Amino acid sequence: MSRLSRFLAPAAVLLVAVASARADDMPVIKVEMRDGVILPAVIEVPANTRFKLEISNTGQSPVEFESTELKREKALAAGSTSAIVFRTLDAGTYQVFDDFHPEAKATLVAK
Amino acid sequence: MIGAFVIAFREVIEAGLIISIVLAATRGIPGRMRWVLLGVAGGLAGAALVALFAEKISDAFEGSGQDILNAAVLIVAVLLLVWHNTWMSKHGKELAGELRAAGAAVRSGEREAAALSIVIGAAILREGAELVLFLYGLVASGTSGADIQFGAVAGIGAGVLLSAVTYLGLASIPSRYVFSVTSVLIIFLAAGLAAQAAQFLSNAGVVDVLGHTLWNSSGLIAENSWPGRVLHALVGYTDRPTALQGLVYIATIAVMIGLMQWSAADQRRAVRAA
Repeated sequence: MSRLSRFLAPAAVLLVAVASARADDMPVIKVEMRDGVILPAVIEVPANTRFKLEISNTGQSPVEFESTELKREKALAAGSTSAIVFRTLDAGTYQVFDDFHPEAKATLVAK
Repeated sequence: MIGAFVIAFREVIEAGLIISIVLAATRGIPGRMRWVLLGVAGGLAGAALVALFAEKISDAFEGSGQDILNAAVLIVAVLLLVWHNTWMSKHGKELAGELRAAGAAVRSGEREAAALSIVIGAAILREGAELVLFLYGLVASGTSGADIQFGAVAGIGAGVLLSAVTYLGLASIPSRYVFSVTSVLIIFLAAGLAAQAAQFLSNAGVVDVLGHTLWNSSGLIAENSWPGRVLHALVGYTDRPTALQGLVYIATIAVMIGLMQWSAADQRRAVRAA
């Protein structure tokens, strides 16, 4: 295993270096998820620029924000808030849903 | 109740299918059960930690912490699976009992079992954190009825049962063929995990090339449908792969086959020399 760890350590250092070399000044778009409801139903975000999607679970049950089109998912315990950072997004309409409440759907519109 | 059952079942089989393939692939390695249990325990503990510190992890690296952690876990699993298949193409026949001299396999089997243990831990860590969040939420909220909690427990049971059936099915393959089958399954499994890791790295902004979508087969098999989810767990199916994912997928397969050929040839030379 030591040969493997010699290979992995530089890779990990590289990841950290690249990821931390970025500033934190971007628009924040808030989304609320509550026991099977996603608010707003149409989430408007800027296209072709960095932005942060701040998701709050204000309900009593856990939720999972997910979009197969956007290839993103985030599970949130009740009462917690977390964010997904998008580097760039083509203009368009994307379907999002709550994987823990299959009836909850919304659309994310980038323009 | 049905909802809780389906969610728990789904999350369990995603890790369970990987574990059953890895278990079948390492049949005959002495002392492996200890390592398997260690991997399961480590994975569960890790999943609980990830769920507990979900917000902190997520905020790390300018909001990319979760993506980077997922990518790291997947990359470790892929490297170990590559190593496993390479090792197996050298020692598989000894383990299958075709060769008398299983000495070398037994000696390095311990290392192999340790690698297996880490793959199992990684699979549980990656898929288990969501399940832990989900289950903890059911218990902690205090608002969910007994029927929902029963549904979740039944879902876990059904998921474990299906994984066990998959393992027994693979294990019932005659020992001459079982390692050929599991080697092929592991090649696709590793390629799928590598492609997922690539996507996490692009989400984190670490990789910023080949981001365009190759095709959209969501009309044919949607990724969040049942067939889509099973194919996703087994071969890394995604309905809108990016060029980067496609490239990493093909490259992983090519590297694994190359290493296995080289390792098998190496073994044949060693046998002739002896």
